[in-house]
Amino acid sequence: MTFKARILEAPEIRRMLRRIAHEILEKNKGPEDLALVGIHTRGVPLAQRLAESIHTFEGVTVPVGVLDITLYRDDLSEIAHQPKVRETKIPFDIWGKSIVLVDDVLYTGRTARAALDALIDLGRPRRVYLGVLVDRGHRELPIRADFVGKNLPTARTEVVKVKLEETDGEDAVELWEL
Amino acid sequence: MGALKHLLDFTGWEASQVEDLFETAKLMQEVLERPVKKVPALQGFTVATVFFEPSTRTKISFELAARRMSADVVSFSPGGSSLKKGESYKDTLLTLEAMKVDAYVIRTDAAGVPYQATRWVKGVVINAGDGRRAHPTQALLDAFTLTEALGGLEGKKIAIVGDILHSRVARSDAELFSLLGAEVWAAGPATLLPQTLPGARLTTSLKEALSDADAVIALRLQRERMEAGILPSIPEYVAGYQITPERLAWAKPQAPLLHPGPMNRDVEVDGRLADSENSLVTRQVANGVAVRMAVLYHLLVGRNR
Repeated sequence: MTFKARILEAPEIRRMLRRIAHEILEKNKGPEDLALVGIHTRGVPLAQRLAESIHTFEGVTVPVGVLDITLYRDDLSEIAHQPKVRETKIPFDIWGKSIVLVDDVLYTGRTARAALDALIDLGRPRRVYLGVLVDRGHRELPIRADFVGKNLPTARTEVVKVKLEETDGEDAVELWEL
Repeated sequence: MGALKHLLDFTGWEASQVEDLFETAKLMQEVLERPVKKVPALQGFTVATVFFEPSTRTKISFELAARRMSADVVSFSPGGSSLKKGESYKDTLLTLEAMKVDAYVIRTDAAGVPYQATRWVKGVVINAGDGRRAHPTQALLDAFTLTEALGGLEGKKIAIVGDILHSRVARSDAELFSLLGAEVWAAGPATLLPQTLPGARLTTSLKEALSDADAVIALRLQRERMEAGILPSIPEYVAGYQITPERLAWAKPQAPLLHPGPMNRDVEVDGRLADSENSLVTRQVANGVAVRMAVLYHLLVGRNR
């Protein structure tokens, strides 16, 4: 893989997440019945950061959950290696809640679909939003994000790498060529 | 070590593989707590439970595990089957293979059939108990339950009590527990002890086995052995080897008591203990489903159908 470009730096990512937090509050008409669910791996710290911003703006602690979609992947039985199942932890009742599913990159839409299936097996939320840091296009399913940090048109031969302080030691979004 | 192809026994296994499997089993426990206790991970796979020898709980446990992973399940049992008409193990399995089965969970009173099966069929073979040889998923669920209770098996003393000679559970438990670093003691009357048991020390002294033990596993006594004259009598066994509260006191305080079931109450275990806080018997049953889900996941995902 060869490096092509650095698309976002830490300050831009920070600003984008703050904007998304405002948009979530605006769309949900406040923090009532709101909950954030991060999709493993990088969706989890992103969801936590959004919750921190919401707390700063509104003084309200919004619950945050963690969702692993491995057991729901539609390509699970086709892939050669065996993906490690990780923890799903939703420490609140999702019934009647407005849930924002959070992920780093929206690409084919298959992860979002799997996350919806997984979430709905856990209860019946009132509604589900999707928030992502980067939307790189190439959808294979009729899925769109409600909250997007950056729309980044890409080629299929390119890879979008999101790096976060919590998982990678720095905040950045990079474009690589396969 | 590469991915597992079949689960026959623990030959060639490494402790890290068991730990990986337990990691998955823990996550499967969470799935079993959900309102919808089912995930689509094995959608499109077909699992056959091929029980040449009857067993209710192991069969139900495997079938539930497969269904909770969304696999299709077919079940074969010898009652009324072609086995009675003289069909061989091989032909039975080849018939199922022709019907596109992906995994075979095999229980048989003949040791070695699951091994042979790996030569006959392309699918995954899981040994659900073969003769006196092995019962690896029972050992895995025992070790998983003990790991939950004791925080790990490294350096722990585990006592297995009962008919060691005829027990595939004792064999698989000793093999697996010692792989995980436990000190395993197997105790029973001299007529029910084998010459050797890999991974375990043998003794006719219950006190020696139980002293300072971190956990005790009582095995089921099979009454048919008694009829065969191998075992003296129930009262004699009870007098020497039944796990009573007084005898369990030789072990460490709060030492858990396990039993692979079905339990002959007041034979292997004093009835007062069977329902006590020490007893992890129902926990074993619950964990059995989660562990078997993990086994199916590790064996089937990533394989070609």
